[in-house]
Amino acid sequence: MSVKKVNLSHIKPYGDQMDDGAVQLSFTLPVSNGPRAREAARQLVSSMGFSEVQIVFSEDLGDDFTFFVVYGRTEKFVDYDSIKALGVESPKMDMEQVDEYISTNVRRPVTIVGATIGTDAHTVGLDSILNMKGFHGDSGLERYKMFKVYNLGSQVAPTELAKKVRDVNADVVLVSQVVTQRNIHIKHLTELVDVLEAEGMRDKVLLIAGGPRITHELAVELGYDAGFGAGTMPSDVASYIASEMAKRTQ
Amino acid sequence: MNKKIPHLDLDENLVRRARELAKDVTDDVQRFIDAKSTTSVERTVARLYGIDGIDAEGVPLPNVVVDDVKNGGGIDRGIAYWIANGCVAKSMTPQELAEAIGRREFSLMDLPPQNEGIVAEKIDEMTRSAVKRIAEVREMRDRMLEELGDPPQPYLYVIVATGNIYEDVVQARAAVKEGADIVAVIRSTAQSLLDYVPYGATTEGYGGTYATQENFKIMRRALDEVQQEVGRYVRLTNYASGLCMPEISAMGALEGLDFLLNDSMYGILFRNINMIRTFVDQYTSRLISAYSHITINTGEDNYIKTSDPIDRAHTVTTSQLINEQFALKSYMKPKYMGIGHAFEIDPDVPNGFLYEIAHAMLTRELFPEATPKYMPPTRHMTGNIFKGYAMNTLYNLVSIMTGQSIQLLGMLTEAVHTPFLQDRYLAISNAKYVFNNAKNIGGEIVFKRDGFIQKRANEVLENAVKLLEHVKEVGLISAIEEGTFGDIARKRDEGKGGDGVFSKGEDYYNPILESMVDELRGERV
Repeated sequence: MSVKKVNLSHIKPYGDQMDDGAVQLSFTLPVSNGPRAREAARQLVSSMGFSEVQIVFSEDLGDDFTFFVVYGRTEKFVDYDSIKALGVESPKMDMEQVDEYISTNVRRPVTIVGATIGTDAHTVGLDSILNMKGFHGDSGLERYKMFKVYNLGSQVAPTELAKKVRDVNADVVLVSQVVTQRNIHIKHLTELVDVLEAEGMRDKVLLIAGGPRITHELAVELGYDAGFGAGTMPSDVASYIASEMAKRTQ
Repeated sequence: MNKKIPHLDLDENLVRRARELAKDVTDDVQRFIDAKSTTSVERTVARLYGIDGIDAEGVPLPNVVVDDVKNGGGIDRGIAYWIANGCVAKSMTPQELAEAIGRREFSLMDLPPQNEGIVAEKIDEMTRSAVKRIAEVREMRDRMLEELGDPPQPYLYVIVATGNIYEDVVQARAAVKEGADIVAVIRSTAQSLLDYVPYGATTEGYGGTYATQENFKIMRRALDEVQQEVGRYVRLTNYASGLCMPEISAMGALEGLDFLLNDSMYGILFRNINMIRTFVDQYTSRLISAYSHITINTGEDNYIKTSDPIDRAHTVTTSQLINEQFALKSYMKPKYMGIGHAFEIDPDVPNGFLYEIAHAMLTRELFPEATPKYMPPTRHMTGNIFKGYAMNTLYNLVSIMTGQSIQLLGMLTEAVHTPFLQDRYLAISNAKYVFNNAKNIGGEIVFKRDGFIQKRANEVLENAVKLLEHVKEVGLISAIEEGTFGDIARKRDEGKGGDGVFSKGEDYYNPILESMVDELRGERV
C-alpha cells in the first residue's frame, strides 16, 4: 500500500496519518462536571466544525467549573501554495557574518536603543535579545562588534524613549511587550509610533517590536518595520537589522 | 522541622563567616536608616491613626495630610505630633481632621501649638488604639490558623491576576477548591512606582489588580468563607515592594493578610527606586510585618531571571543573607522569613537538575528555621506548554526532596498569558501528584561525600562569602552602585522617590514604631 503524499494546495492537521485532520483541544466550561457537561462540551466542539469529537477527559474543578481534554477531526484545510510569508524575511547570518556584513555595507556601527514600554515590567524578552549572554548559546546584540546597544530596561515612557533615541542618534529602536491583558500591548505600541511621528523621528529609525504576542503582521499593521514573536533568537533580529540597514545605506 | 530532609555538609566556619559579614554589612546601612524617615513611613502612621479615603480630586487622605506638613516644613518632626496637635486644637478625630485638610479648610501647620501634656496624652491614646487594632487582627488570624489547621508544607501557592477584584475572587475560590493553600493577588503592573496607594475596590488593572485596602478586605473575606468550606486555613498574599512598602504592610496588617512580598533591595535594583528610600521603607514595613505575624517573601528569584543562574547563584545566597539580617533588625522571627530562590537553570544544561538540588539544599540548610519560598521556571518557558509542564514536575520534585516551605506553582502557560483557570488546576494536580508520590524521598537521601551536590553547595557558599567580603569592604550602598547585584548598577542619589526621604529632626517622634519595637524587643528577650 502506498503512503498518501501531502497535497500542498489542501493541507490539514496530521495526527497519525496524512489528512486525518486530528486536533487536540482543552478548555474549561463554567458548569459542574457530569454527563450533561460532557455533552455540552461535545456539542460545542462539534459546532466548531469538528467531527468524531471525543471527550477524553473531564474533571470537576470545584465551584461549577469543568476542565475538558477533547480530540476531534477537522474537515477544513488551507491552500499552502497561495500563502504569503508573514514573517520577517532576511537572510539568516551568525554574529560574525552580521558584523562583517555591516562593516562592508553600512560602514559604521549601528546604534540600537531597546526598552519595554508602558506598564510592562518584564524585561525577559528584551534581555534575551540584547544582553551579552543572549539565549541558548545565541549571543545577545551587545556582544556584536558593530552594534552599540542602549538597554533602557522596563516601564519606559514612550516620550522618554523618544528622547533617548534623539540623544544617541539611534538607528534602531527595539520595543518589547511581554505581559499583556486586554490588548494593552497594542495601545502601548501605537502610542510609541504616535510619539515618534509627532517628533518627526519615525522615518529616521528602524522600528522593531518583539514579544510572545507579537507577529510581524501585527507589528506592520501598527506602523512598525518588523515584529518578532516567540522563539526569536538574537541572531534573527541581528540579521534583519543588518540587511535593513544595508538597504537604507544604499 | 518535622520533615525529614537530606543533610548537606556545609563548612560551618563558612556559614558563620557569611552571617557575620552580612550582619556587618547591614549594621552599616541600619545606622543610615535610623537617622531618616520618608513620606511613606509618615503616611503609614497617618493610616494607622485611622486616616483613610480620598479628597475631591481623588488624592488619598494620608498623602494629603503628610504633604500638608511636608510643604509647611514640619515633616522632620514626624506626622504623629502634627495630627495629635490638630486633633486637640480642632476637637476632631484624625479622619475628620484629614477630611477638613482635604477640603483645604486649614493647614496643620497653621494651628497653634496646644498644651504639651494634652497633646502627648492624645498621641498615647491614638497609638494605643492603633497598635491594639493590629494586635487584635493578628490574634484573630493566629486563632483561625490554629483552629482550621496549618496545611502541610510545601504550601501550594497560586496567583490570580485578572485585574478585577471580583473576578479574582471567582478564580481564587476555584483555586482553593482545587487545593491551593495560598492565593496571591498579583498587582497591576507599575503600581510599585505609584507614590500613593489607590483607594477602593477596583475592576480595571493591567497584568494584575491594584493593591487597595478595600481589595484586600474583599479577597480576605472571600477566602475566610471558602476556607470554612474546605476546612483548612488559606493564606492571602500581596506585594509590599515599591514606593509604598510600609503603607501596604499597614493595610495588610489591618486586613489580615498572611504574606507580603517584601525584599530589602528589589525596588532599588528592579524598579529603580531610590536606595535610601527603599532601605528606610523596608525597615518600617518589616517591623509592621513582624508585629502582625505576616510572613515576608524576598525576591532573590529576580537575580537569576536576568543573570545566569549557575554563574550568579552566589548572588542569590548573598542577598538571602542580607535580607535575613535586615529582617532580624526589624525583630522578625525566622519562621516569618520566606527566603526566596528559584528553579531557573536552562533545561539544556547537563545535570541542571543536580545544580537545582544543590542550590535548593543550600537555601534550606542555611536558613533551617525560615520558610523558604521557591519560585518556578519562567525564563526558559517558551510557550511549549507540554515541555513547560515537564519542567514544573522536576521543579516540584526538587522542592519535596529538599524540604521547601512555600511552593509558587509553575504555570504551563508562563510567558503566554496570565493563568487560565485550568492552568492553575493543572499546576495544583502536578504538585499534589509529585508531593504525594515522593512524599518521604527527602528522608531516604544521603548526598555522596565529595559528590557533585555537596561540592556545588559549598562552592556557592564560598563565592557568597567572597562577595560579602567585598561588599563589606566597599559598603553595601557602594556595592549596589557598582552593579554587584543582578548586574544592575544604581546610584545612591538617583531613582524614584528620593524626594520623599528626609532626615529626622531632633524632636522626631514615631510612637507607633517605638511601641511596636518595645513589644517585639520584649518578646525576643
